[in-house]
Amino acid sequence: MSKPIEHDYIGLSEQQLPSMEKSSDKKDGLHLKDTELRLGLPGSESPEREDHDQNVLSLKSFVSGAKRGFSDALDGGGNWVFSGGSGGGTEGLFSPRRGGKNNGGKDLSGSDSGSVLKDGAAQKPSVVQEKKLQVAATSSHGNGNIAPASKAQVVGWPPIRSFRKNTMAAHPPKNDDGDGNAEAKLGSGCLYVKVSMDGAPYLRKVDLKIYGSYKELSSALEKMFSCFTIGQCGSHGVSSGDGLTESRLVDLLHGSEYVLTYEDKDGDWMLVGDVPWE
Amino acid sequence: MQKKTAYSFPDEILEHVFSFIQSDKDRNAASVVCKSWYEIERWCRRKVFVGNCYAVSPTMVIRRFPDIRSIELKGKPHFADFNLVPDGWGGYVLPWISKMAGAYPWLEEIRLKRMVVTDESLELVAKSFTNLQVLVLFSCEGFSTDGLAAIAAGCKNLRELDLRDSEVDDLSGHWLNHFPDTYTSLVSLNISCLGSDDVSFSALERLVGRCPNLRRLLLNREVPLDKIANLLSRAPQLIEFGTGTYAAELRSDVYSNLVEAFCNCKELKSLSGFWDAVPAYLPVIYSVCSRLTSLNLSYAPIQNPDLTKLVSQCPSLQRMLVLDYIEDSGLEVLASSCKDLQELRVFPSDPFGEEPNVSLTEKGLVAVSSGCPKLQSVLYFCRQMSNAALVTIAQNCPNFTRFRLCLLDPKIADYRTLQPLDVGFGAIVEHCKDLRRLSLSGLLTDCVFEYIGMHAKKLEMLSVAFAGESDLALHHVLSGCESLRKLEIMNCPFGDKALLANAAKLETMRSLWMSSCSVSLGACKMLGQKMPRLNIEVMDEKGPPDSRAESDPVDKLYIYRSVAGPRFDMPPFVWTMDEDFASELS
Repeated sequence: MSKPIEHDYIGLSEQQLPSMEKSSDKKDGLHLKDTELRLGLPGSESPEREDHDQNVLSLKSFVSGAKRGFSDALDGGGNWVFSGGSGGGTEGLFSPRRGGKNNGGKDLSGSDSGSVLKDGAAQKPSVVQEKKLQVAATSSHGNGNIAPASKAQVVGWPPIRSFRKNTMAAHPPKNDDGDGNAEAKLGSGCLYVKVSMDGAPYLRKVDLKIYGSYKELSSALEKMFSCFTIGQCGSHGVSSGDGLTESRLVDLLHGSEYVLTYEDKDGDWMLVGDVPWE
Repeated sequence: MQKKTAYSFPDEILEHVFSFIQSDKDRNAASVVCKSWYEIERWCRRKVFVGNCYAVSPTMVIRRFPDIRSIELKGKPHFADFNLVPDGWGGYVLPWISKMAGAYPWLEEIRLKRMVVTDESLELVAKSFTNLQVLVLFSCEGFSTDGLAAIAAGCKNLRELDLRDSEVDDLSGHWLNHFPDTYTSLVSLNISCLGSDDVSFSALERLVGRCPNLRRLLLNREVPLDKIANLLSRAPQLIEFGTGTYAAELRSDVYSNLVEAFCNCKELKSLSGFWDAVPAYLPVIYSVCSRLTSLNLSYAPIQNPDLTKLVSQCPSLQRMLVLDYIEDSGLEVLASSCKDLQELRVFPSDPFGEEPNVSLTEKGLVAVSSGCPKLQSVLYFCRQMSNAALVTIAQNCPNFTRFRLCLLDPKIADYRTLQPLDVGFGAIVEHCKDLRRLSLSGLLTDCVFEYIGMHAKKLEMLSVAFAGESDLALHHVLSGCESLRKLEIMNCPFGDKALLANAAKLETMRSLWMSSCSVSLGACKMLGQKMPRLNIEVMDEKGPPDSRAESDPVDKLYIYRSVAGPRFDMPPFVWTMDEDFASELS
């Protein structure tokens, strides 16, 4: 890394910039004491760990965003089913200490961290040792199927031009159909149906046309809904469905298998699999 | 004036030599060799590019370059494209047009990007520049079809009129009628941004019919499909064509007319438009497909298998723009069919949807990176990514010049390892030594910025959102990226320290944008005081900065170098932090 040019233009730095050069040797993680910038504005204190909460919160909202449907179900105590059991130490990081500021994950990090950043006094972000812990904590998630974080609409994100947004808005995406009605108007090849699982807080939609058999459909649904049944034991088995031959969706609480049923046009509940796939 | 020694050339020869030097950089270099070269060069410079219209004043440009024929101006910062810059911010072209009207009567080309262009400005252009040949209004706004009518009527030598992505007030479709019947010199017309009733079709037909040199025609959405054949038959020499709406009931006469029309366009190389496209009419372009070097289907809602089938018929493609309906499977086909591919852009069909509606993942991009050795420029919207994929992509494509990845969820991690994507983007900057433009997304710590500072030595433009953890990240970039010209940051925890420590760097860049970060008002004031050649503009719609504490973070910050001093056309929500501001309030 090139030596940074230290222009003391501002004439403010009480100390020389600390050894930035060293940071290039430390590839395994940031040794933050050494590289912490110590320039300060007049009248400001050197930051220590004032703002580590900010980092916690920003990561937290990422995690909490994954439970978009659950956010209502969670109270301030936080029922972090998904954080896995990597030890009590990390639990603390994820417990919502600033419940008020962090809307339980309903709004995504974008607006969240935006508002968090604006609050509070001295905004001196400091990289903290906790960063390592945070990363470790996220990797304790055995579940590879964390649902994407909820998309609160942050201005400017995603970066799509207005012209394009307006153009596409006039014609919504084609898979926006009702229960299982194929959008045949424009000759599309989609057949989306709603799938619900008992006890799950929200439903999913699948395109039946992309599967070739009941087996495919069944394993896809298993993968989709596996995130709702991960228990305290690191259930790596369920998260990587590809390598498994026989995976059954098991409700760890009740110990029973799930079955696939559908409602036909007469309104009767039928077991999936009797009628040939075509 | 010149001493003619054995070592100096007569002016005329130098001027002739300079006429071969087209690039601005080279011209600038020549001009600082010595005073006489400076003088000769400035009299014979014909083309000026002003990347930030507030970096210099029109008077200064005119004073130095008395005989310009082509000018390009850019106004608002790039993030204005994503609604981050409120209306009224600035970027007005009128002051430039007014001054140039008197100074450059022979002006031939005007190219504007992200500027506010009024009808008054357009009328002034039409009146003042009778020799105008090229008018490009890229992402501009503020004008209506009345202004266009003035251009049509007044610019008898117009060759190129390009309104791409501009916002135009539609008042009347009859502006096209203002091109006189004697006008036949049109070569390129892009009206794809115009709304309904903006174009009188019969006037368009007549215009197209009488311009034998027309090579590029991009229509607006409102032109119906059944009119295309007729239009194309009047312009079989087209090289680039953009359809209007590409949906209609299937009718055999319309279909066969289209087939014939496209068949007759033997030089057609580039197609776009395809709004609302239906698969039924896709085959009419099959005769053209093998020649196509550029295909823009990014407004076409067609899906697989029709989409992939179309793509597989275009082996000469160099540039492909498409929606994510292409999916990984379609991109695999692209990778195996289009070995000349240089640029790929994949846009999201449902960016605000909660769940993926298509199967487009990192795998598609990996496939293209592996199959297309000439791939240089990527813009890719998707919902998942892994470090492993990015490393593979980087290794496959060391020639990347532009890499923009947008993971729709800000802060999403590597979906396989749940790690941040630092390593992946690090591989991109490490392997792609010629990378000039980079956009980051996903979960990113300060690490990725360390990699960027270390490796991205040719990087000119960096876009960052929801990334990093501390000022160290910003410091890495500002201190390490030697070629950095434009830096735009939104929603990152970057504050004062990195900015203040690298204040001098800011003078070597065109501009820095920071919104929803942690830069304090006090730091802005300090920069404003100490750096007279930077304009420090603070934007806040909530109220004047003097009403808040020094340590309060500013909402939006735009810093740019300027030799023109602070501007005076700021709206009420923008404040310049200069010496006056700071002393006024202290």
